[in-house]
Amino acid sequence: MPKAKNDAPVAETAAVADENFALHSLQEALEADRRYTANKEELLHLYEQMLLIRRFEEKAGQLYGLGLIGGFCHLYIGQEAVAVGLQSALDSAKDSVITGYRDHGHMLAYGIDPKVIMAELTGREAGISKGKGGSMHMFSVEHRFYGGHGIVGAQVSLGAGLAFAHKYREDGGVAMAYFGDGAANQGQVYESFNMASLWKLPIIFVIENNQYAMGTAVSRSSAETHFHRRGTGFRIPGMQVDGMDLLEVRKAAEIALEHVRGGNGPVLMELNTYRYRGHSMSDPAKYRSREEVQGVRDKRDPIEHAKAELMEMGVTEESLKEIDKRVRAQVAVSADFAESSPEPNPTELYTDVLVESY
Amino acid sequence: MAIELKMPALSPTMEEGKLARWLVKEGDTVASGDILAEIETDKATMEFESIDEGTVGKLLVAEGTEGVKVGTVIAILAGEGEDASASEAPAASADQGKEAPEQVKEGPEQGEKPAEDKKPAESGTANLASEIKTARDPEVPHGTNMKTSTVRDALRDAMAEEMRRDPRVFVMGEEVAEYQGAYKVTQGLLAEFGPTRVIDTPITEYGFAGIGTGAAMGGLRPVIEFMTFNFAMQAIDHIINSAAKTNYMSGGQMRCPIVFRGPNGAASRVGAQHSQNYGPWYANVPGLVVIAPYDASDAKGLLKAAIRSEDPVVFLENELVYGRTFELPELDDHVLPIGKARIMREGKDVTIVSYSIGVGLALEAAETLAGEGIDAEVIDLRTLRPLDKEAVLASLAKTNRLVVAEEGFPVCSIASEISAICMEEGFDNLDAPVVRVCNEDVPLPYAANLEKLALIDAGRIVEAVKKVTYR
Repeated sequence: MPKAKNDAPVAETAAVADENFALHSLQEALEADRRYTANKEELLHLYEQMLLIRRFEEKAGQLYGLGLIGGFCHLYIGQEAVAVGLQSALDSAKDSVITGYRDHGHMLAYGIDPKVIMAELTGREAGISKGKGGSMHMFSVEHRFYGGHGIVGAQVSLGAGLAFAHKYREDGGVAMAYFGDGAANQGQVYESFNMASLWKLPIIFVIENNQYAMGTAVSRSSAETHFHRRGTGFRIPGMQVDGMDLLEVRKAAEIALEHVRGGNGPVLMELNTYRYRGHSMSDPAKYRSREEVQGVRDKRDPIEHAKAELMEMGVTEESLKEIDKRVRAQVAVSADFAESSPEPNPTELYTDVLVESY
Repeated sequence: MAIELKMPALSPTMEEGKLARWLVKEGDTVASGDILAEIETDKATMEFESIDEGTVGKLLVAEGTEGVKVGTVIAILAGEGEDASASEAPAASADQGKEAPEQVKEGPEQGEKPAEDKKPAESGTANLASEIKTARDPEVPHGTNMKTSTVRDALRDAMAEEMRRDPRVFVMGEEVAEYQGAYKVTQGLLAEFGPTRVIDTPITEYGFAGIGTGAAMGGLRPVIEFMTFNFAMQAIDHIINSAAKTNYMSGGQMRCPIVFRGPNGAASRVGAQHSQNYGPWYANVPGLVVIAPYDASDAKGLLKAAIRSEDPVVFLENELVYGRTFELPELDDHVLPIGKARIMREGKDVTIVSYSIGVGLALEAAETLAGEGIDAEVIDLRTLRPLDKEAVLASLAKTNRLVVAEEGFPVCSIASEISAICMEEGFDNLDAPVVRVCNEDVPLPYAANLEKLALIDAGRIVEAVKKVTYR
């Protein structure tokens, strides 16, 4: 059982006093029916997306080790179910997504071509930011993916701005702003919570609680470690979700989206998850034990979990191996593309600084 | 197919490391995610994970080996269904079957080709490195014994000495205590001074910059570490509106003796949001002291002075310089004066003014120029506010030509300020216009080749000097 469920809060009596204060309705809805019912094809598709993220990130780690990727590189390994579960519930024709620097997985979950992502990591002309952004700064306006931001917490206010634009244009879209348990302590997060709730902005704030802000465990950085409660002071309903369970994540996303699309303002979701690798490639991760990491890998791995469910549905070991082969081939093609693409033309140094000439 | 496992780069600046320990042995079966080895870099011991499944063939580098270059093949992994022993040596015995020797032959060939094609991308920051020795600082008494120290250790020692001396001094910031500093500058401080004086904060720059500023107003001596000065932009309101202006607004009653410190400037390929020199920003603000040292002696002597200062100090370090080794005077209390530039190299034909990492480049350029018969004087400003304009003008009066070298944007830079000072106060001594050599006027790109083009290097300083000396 995920740890988060074991110490889930029983009741928050203080807030219940206000009958109209529906802070718990979404959590109750989730607890009443925790998991999304996916058919075999659907689950196979989501499984393949998670696997693609895992294999892509492993390859990125390897290319970093070979010196083909430089600077900071933050891997999403372990957290795959969060991006895939949430984003599969979005309407990619109108909804928007924004996140921090651990952004490769969210892009892959949105169906962005792994080749151009990998080529950005290697800093090549064919990269999604023409090689000028790098791992932390990738964007796809076409896919309504607004980055890829390097400064902790900035994407929360920016996400509220995306939601503001959805409401202003009345386009029916919802913004999803991801941030970590570390970013959750930045002041601008709470300024944005207040305005988003006050103005009923269509936004889902997603806290990916992977238990460590770089090397600091949540209990050492946060007075309130139940992050889903942090919207209470702004009357934002919270949800606590097992971020290692793909189908629970998907179900929670559906509940939250229904609330937000109904014009009821923001929702705050806390996804309890875990990153297997260090904060970035240069993090020795001495703040946790090898056993702790291995324990999560063995017992809570989202991909293994989905795999077991698929096998229960009658999917054979061979067809799962086929998927793995296909994904590995796709990643290998991306890596070859990213290694063989030329570097940007030197003239690109001076382009894109401003849009117009003055 | 046998897979070659290569010595990984485990940080943006790593070039070689020590293979500290193998956690697998030949013949072990490994899965992706399994830890294969422990590797020591200059900063930390890292775990090296497998991303493939297979059987460990030959371990090619023995544990305990130091100085293993990134990219060296350290082990061979045989894939699923392969014979691990096949990858052991080309001289595999004949009865192993036909396939094995072919695989073995395939291995090295495949290994060689990528080695050419897939050359690790070189960072533009590699050009910022310099090995040139500096002139003796006249502030250090003659006859002082010198030892060597990295800038990282010099900064740590400065904080430790001041903390021993003054119980009001404490250190606060992200990952400064238990993690021993994101860049290991605060290593060991927690063990010596305990958690009441070495304090880990959440990721809340605005909040802890404010708490630090308030604590200084309340009579303490905070040293606030920003993981990098890029993140201090979240907190800049407190640095400028709260810390810098308090003394003036209170008519001198309320002081704010605080040090804001951390790495500043371009690091290695970390992109536009993590690569900026804030020297000119802070130097623009009256009420602040701004220090940007280059070598270990200045880093230590000036950080100690900053901690003792009654004024708010912004102390700009440089990540790429942390690991460099310099001479450091063996003095019980090595404190240097704030606001004094230092002549790093004497010369008579031209003056090159610089600070922080640019000083190394200026010295390198001066060496090259010496070979061509141009004798350059190199001045390290060390303090950006107050600026030691007397030192700059005195050198200009001697050489009549001046170039400013700055790792930062050119517009409204320290270089611009130096140019203006030379115009206003040294015009009669100028035989040529002052030339600024800075980074290109663009956000710093990630791509290795573009980063290299964007950043200042010694070659550009040499060119500028030739321009002002009409060579």
